[in-house]
Amino acid sequence: MRPINFLPVAAFLLIVGAFSWYLVSGEDPRVIPSPLIDKPVPEFDLPPLEAGIPGLASRDLAEGKVVLVNVFASWCAPCRIEHPFLSALAAEGVPIYGIAYKDAPEDTRAMLAELGNPYERIGVDRDGRVGIDLGVYGVPETYVVSGDGRIRHKHIGPILPANQDEIRAAIRAAGETP
Amino acid sequence: MSPELGHLALALALGLALAGAVLPLWGAARGDDRLVALAPPLAVGQFLLVAVAFASLMQAFVTSDFSLLVVAQNSHTEKPLLYKIAGVWGNHEGSLVLWVLMLGFFGTLVALLGRSLPALFKARVLAVQAMITSGFLLFLLLTSNPFARLDPAPLEGRGLNPLLQDPGLAFHPPLLYLGYVGFSVAFSFAVAALIEGRVGPAWARWMRPWVLVAWMALTAGIALGSWWAYYELGWGGWWFWDPVENASFMPWLAGTALLHSAIVVEKRDALKRWTILLAILTFSLSLLGTFLVRSGVLTSVHAFAVDPARGVFILGLLALAIGGSLLLYAWRANTLEGGGLFAAISRESALVLNNILLSVATAIVFIGTLYPLFLDILSGAKISVGAPYYARTFVPLMMLLVLALGVGPLLSWKRGDLGRAARSLRLALLLALAALPLAWAIHGAGPVMAFLGFALAVWLVAAVISEWAARVRLFHIPLGHSLARAAGLPRRHYGMALAHLGLAVSIFGITASEAWTVERLAVMAPGDTEQVGAYAFTFEGVRPVVGPNYTAVRGRFSVAKGGHAVTVLEPEERTFTAPPMTTTEAAIHPLPSGDLYAVIGDATGADRWSVRLYMKPLVSWIWLGALIMVAGGALSLSDRRLRVGAPARSRRSEASPVPAE
Repeated sequence: MRPINFLPVAAFLLIVGAFSWYLVSGEDPRVIPSPLIDKPVPEFDLPPLEAGIPGLASRDLAEGKVVLVNVFASWCAPCRIEHPFLSALAAEGVPIYGIAYKDAPEDTRAMLAELGNPYERIGVDRDGRVGIDLGVYGVPETYVVSGDGRIRHKHIGPILPANQDEIRAAIRAAGETP
Repeated sequence: MSPELGHLALALALGLALAGAVLPLWGAARGDDRLVALAPPLAVGQFLLVAVAFASLMQAFVTSDFSLLVVAQNSHTEKPLLYKIAGVWGNHEGSLVLWVLMLGFFGTLVALLGRSLPALFKARVLAVQAMITSGFLLFLLLTSNPFARLDPAPLEGRGLNPLLQDPGLAFHPPLLYLGYVGFSVAFSFAVAALIEGRVGPAWARWMRPWVLVAWMALTAGIALGSWWAYYELGWGGWWFWDPVENASFMPWLAGTALLHSAIVVEKRDALKRWTILLAILTFSLSLLGTFLVRSGVLTSVHAFAVDPARGVFILGLLALAIGGSLLLYAWRANTLEGGGLFAAISRESALVLNNILLSVATAIVFIGTLYPLFLDILSGAKISVGAPYYARTFVPLMMLLVLALGVGPLLSWKRGDLGRAARSLRLALLLALAALPLAWAIHGAGPVMAFLGFALAVWLVAAVISEWAARVRLFHIPLGHSLARAAGLPRRHYGMALAHLGLAVSIFGITASEAWTVERLAVMAPGDTEQVGAYAFTFEGVRPVVGPNYTAVRGRFSVAKGGHAVTVLEPEERTFTAPPMTTTEAAIHPLPSGDLYAVIGDATGADRWSVRLYMKPLVSWIWLGALIMVAGGALSLSDRRLRVGAPARSRRSEASPVPAE
């Protein structure tokens, strides 16, 4: 028996150790953490969509109340899945602010006319610049922002029924953060 | 045939596999011939039972029996028959059944064709094979039962991912598995040899055809998958360095090394320990690929549904199979001393260099694939490793390999003459240098790597031909004598030459398409013309079409070069309903100089469409090269001296393994 012959098996055990650690940790490799969590929302100031609904700027998010910021578009089919939930939250009194992402204003208006408008404020991000600052990589995306204007929770993709409790919990938690 | 029968067959197969793993080994150790003789019938029995299970699963898919969970989740009544059948292996459970079926298939082949193998050795090989089968059958039955029922049965199934509903992809997984599983035979041969403590030229001669078959299947499978990505995913790419692609590429690289190192064992009785280790590692990498796809450790377009219990189970399987065999290696390897000596310049050294380069290349891909995972464990950072990493590490290594590949076959065994090889290669070197201005003339300016790639491909073609010319002493002796010599060269020699030529053809394709592709992303309205290289693409509009289980928008482009119509391209964007998803169908027109490639995307406003247009020079040579490599393998396999069971002239001297000193 020569020590060098044990090299392959030793290297392999190291790899197996790493794999088991990873499997046991139960981490979902598909979850990509946002570097913006607990950071202030990046500076932006977006024009309104139409008269009657104000536009959206980052200072509007630091007014002492918890708000939900939802990135949406008329061309985004999954946005329609979460729309009823957003409407329900709005009816419960949670302020919901929208960012119309890379969308023609007339298309956005047509969509809201069809489905109803849950948004208190809508900022038009025509060229997607604010989307880049926020790190948007799929529409819809939803952010829970606490009263001090910091992002507390980020949800990528539509809020499916399975995710609704998670969003409500995040809203509650954001309300309790000092 | 009811699904329950299939389930029962799997359970019975497990029984036979467990018996087949234990009894022949026991018999071989105790010298009990009756137990040793059990190995072949047990191997055939496992195969037949798994075949019954596979057939009943296929029947459930073909008849759309939605009371079966896997069928309901992966099939649909409106799906064309081919994809109902392909649906059997388009999911985790069914693909595992296919895996085990192929394990059984190879076991049966060894049992039936391995007539020249000594009975004890054959029994041990089949026992190791049965151990692997037992592990996978346990995995199937305990965590991934393909015959789980669904009550009440739904009226309609969820359908197969539309991206996978493609003839190319229907056959991609079976070929890959044929490759992966084929390497299990090499693994079993290696473990059996470690148990016996003897490896010799005969061992390598028995093993090589199996490695060759697995290598051919894997080559074809990888090429098919890459071709599919090229025409189906719709952005003109053909290799993504995706973790799961890498998972199939690593066994290919290691298997290629094994193919070459086994030659050294066969001809010169050297490199024995290394070859054994390589045989173990090649199959281990195949297992690793299976683990990566099914455990959810890595994310990928290929990943099956994630279930932590499965991940833990298959990791245990992996640890047992690979850890056990490597431990056996550590324990027994130094009983395999020795063999022939060779000089620093010799065919052996050239093959050692081939092995070093291919092993380092495998390690590079391994690190690139798993580094994100380890980094995540250590620091929590999420990164992905992409093409730039491989361009800086893998590509230069391959260039070195190709350079050496031109010289290696010209060196003789034991002690080669570099000067003589260089003289034979003068013309090849000259042609390679001449290729530089030629590439410039055809394609114009480009990255330095592109010109190097071109020169290397020319070098390889010329070197392969020079080697042949030197071997038949072309123009040194009368032509008739040369032709007689050419006819006398063994087929495996031509197989080698052909496979090396295939590599050169692939390098041409990779180099030209990577360096000189012209790409246009545009928003076009009907009547617009877009210039792509020398070709003018005119958009003529779109029309709706209806397929068997989808609706589509079909665009129409007429392509002209210098005012002359070349072709009409009709790319589609298909919308499937079950499951709801859109796919792109690129329209491709192959020309001798390259592919014209058009993709139609979403409508942006009134009658304006986002489109992608490409001219990809020589891109189809990539897959043509792979095809030639497979043909080379087949030619080599048809050499009677390699064929299993075929009487060989030199059999008397090499039929019994040489005891290791």
